[in-house]
Amino acid sequence: MSSPDEIFDPELKLYESRKSVFPKAVNGKFRRLKWVIMAITLAIYYVTPWIRWDRGPYAPDQAVLVDLANRRFYMFGIEIWPHEFYYVAGMLVMAGIGLFLVTSAVGRAWCGYSCPQTVWTDLFQHVERAIDGDRNAQFKLQDAPWGPKKIGKRLAKWSVWLFIAFWTGGAWIMYFADAPTLVVDFWTGQAPFVAYATVGVLTLTTFIFGGFMREQVCIYMCPWPRIQTAMMDEKSLTVTYKDWRGEPRGSVKKAEAQPGSFGDCIDCNQCVAVCPTGIDIREGPQIGCITCALCIDACDSVMEKVNRPRGLIDYATLEDAELEKAGKAHNPVLKTLFRPRTILYFSIWGAIGLAMLFAVGNRTRIDISANHDRNPVYVQLADGHVRNSYTINLRNMENRPRDMIIGMTELKGAVMWSNAGSREGAGQTLVTKVPADSVARLRLYVAAPGDGPVREDFALTVTAADDPEANDIDEVFFERPETGE
Amino acid sequence: MSEKKRVDQPTGTETVGHEWDGIEELDTPMPRWWLWTLYATIIWAIGYVILYPAIPMLNSASEGLLGWTSRGEYAQAVSARETELEPIRQALVSTDIRKLHGSPELMQQAVEGGRSAFKVHCVQCHGSGAAGSKGYPNLNDDDWLWGGDLEAIEYTLIHGIRNPDHDQTRFSQMPAFGRDGILQPGEIQDLVSHVRVLAGREKQSAAATRGAVLFEANCAICHGPDGTGDRTQGAPNLTDAISLYGLDRASLTDTITNSRYGVMPRWGQRLDSATIRMLAAYVHSLGGGEKLPALEKTAATPVESDGDEQS
Ligand code: SF4
Ligand code: SF4
Repeated sequence: MSSPDEIFDPELKLYESRKSVFPKAVNGKFRRLKWVIMAITLAIYYVTPWIRWDRGPYAPDQAVLVDLANRRFYMFGIEIWPHEFYYVAGMLVMAGIGLFLVTSAVGRAWCGYSCPQTVWTDLFQHVERAIDGDRNAQFKLQDAPWGPKKIGKRLAKWSVWLFIAFWTGGAWIMYFADAPTLVVDFWTGQAPFVAYATVGVLTLTTFIFGGFMREQVCIYMCPWPRIQTAMMDEKSLTVTYKDWRGEPRGSVKKAEAQPGSFGDCIDCNQCVAVCPTGIDIREGPQIGCITCALCIDACDSVMEKVNRPRGLIDYATLEDAELEKAGKAHNPVLKTLFRPRTILYFSIWGAIGLAMLFAVGNRTRIDISANHDRNPVYVQLADGHVRNSYTINLRNMENRPRDMIIGMTELKGAVMWSNAGSREGAGQTLVTKVPADSVARLRLYVAAPGDGPVREDFALTVTAADDPEANDIDEVFFERPETGE
Repeated sequence: MSEKKRVDQPTGTETVGHEWDGIEELDTPMPRWWLWTLYATIIWAIGYVILYPAIPMLNSASEGLLGWTSRGEYAQAVSARETELEPIRQALVSTDIRKLHGSPELMQQAVEGGRSAFKVHCVQCHGSGAAGSKGYPNLNDDDWLWGGDLEAIEYTLIHGIRNPDHDQTRFSQMPAFGRDGILQPGEIQDLVSHVRVLAGREKQSAAATRGAVLFEANCAICHGPDGTGDRTQGAPNLTDAISLYGLDRASLTDTITNSRYGVMPRWGQRLDSATIRMLAAYVHSLGGGEKLPALEKTAATPVESDGDEQS
């Protein structure tokens, strides 16, 4: 057993405190790309719920809406019902394969540019720099004793963080209800408890994860890095420090003094200073690297200053690295991006997408599902007929009420009526009104003469009264008692 | 013990000091916040144990500071639900049962309530699908001994059938023609033949013709001269396809010889009137209910607009 002293003994290193990471501001093409992606992803996230879409009087006019209460998922012109959940499953599969595709081509680009953890951390870091100053000022402020200035700055920073975090949590719930209504309800205390709870939890997690845990989430909590590594191979582009070109390191002065004995790296540590996860890329590929390429920007600007060729840190594949070491030319980037593996992923991804589009375009918005009631299986009627009953669900997936005609395929001498009608008014078909966007359930009785096969297959059909093209069919059976006393 | 631990060169991290087939494990320290999280969960657990019943004692568990019990929670849920249902029960009792179908929503609620009550009180005799069995009527069919409209069903439920010590109960008694020596065994066989002819199970025969005469003299007063029965005394219609005790010769012989005396409890004594109404509505809804004027073509009763039913 370890004594408490041992546990806290820094020498033993059972546990390690987080080392502060204050990445330095950097400029360059990857930084600009990051800005653009950040702007786009944040805009999509915050704005989407506010896009309006006419859904008729039966659903909120919201383009993207996850309506949990009524179990509907709306996405622009597409409306997904629970029994169509395979579309959502299909989208998840596409997202998975999309990730394979991106990772096999350009490594952990998801991590570096579009992961919410990355985007919000980045945002929080910009706030931090705006208030506390750049890297060195931040270190200084951290070490400074608590005084009015430090307290003021901390309060300012945390308030802005909290505000962003709250805004983030608030935007999330907008996806689950009509956004304008929800905003009013939220501020007047009318929103459901779960709305407040969700905003609370998301505010707290955004604040903590984006403000304080940052790279710890990527390194210790996130499963992606482990999975993504498995999707990469020697042809995947990844951020690489070209040690064969950079080592041994030496300052510009040293290199001038002893020409020929130093590599291109001047050991300025800029690549380490800008790294949002606080790692040293010169130690080689590692789990902490999210492939954000900010170190490339940093090093490129250094190389420019000292008049050495750019690309000491660069996007390169393992294969490129070997080729370059051997003094040969790189594979062309296009050949790296379009190779059997990526093409295969892309084809699968595209095929699923096309299949889903096709399926969505061709689905009918009317549906019957019939279940033969088993308890009892049949009922003997006084006049010698036999009655079977069926539980019918009629789905009207359009946003207007519709008359639906229930019919049946040949079942000799049979008539049908529903739980709201009676046998006197029975006939070969039955018309039922189904409200907009809903499922109507009814019990359907079918009576047929008692002399016939013990089990007879037939089908129940439904057709929209206003459109014979909209129809559906479900196969059922009719059961009779075994004859004899 | 303390053999010198190796330091892994590329990472600068110590190894745990073991080696498996040349593979060594890095002794990477856990993050400190992880430790604090662990402590926080322990504190949470302790608080939980103090607030809620958790620690096993000799006879029961510790009570917990909040005084929470699962039974208490259950009782609360039940009483909350009952309060919720009270208006429906009120409305049910105060509506004339003959007009119940005029309010489809109330009818629907009554049917659903009756479905549950049926599972508790009625399935023992009538079966979970209300299909009955020999001697226990099938409540799904359209043949009723005592009447099958809502009112008649409710009456049967309240007062029962052939219930002893109750003067409003549905009552009738068929003589035990054989046991009491009213008819001779041969005569009974003739009668059986006639009844089977009535039910369409046998062709006309000499025995049946003899039986017809006996029927006229002994049975017609209850079952009617044509055998179509009489609901005021629960005398079954002998000409339809449905029979409570069977139309084979053996069953009929037994029925005529010893008579039948089916009994149903009077539920008016044990269930409140709202529940009885629900039961009546449910039984009526099973497909054979009578005298319910067809409603408009809006036949379907919309259920909660979910679509999770199996297709
Ligand atoms: S090493 Fe470079 S690419 Fe990797 S996370 Fe740090 S800055 Fe980004
Ligand atoms: S930024 Fe470039 S030159 Fe500076 S230490 Fe990093 S690799 Fe070397």
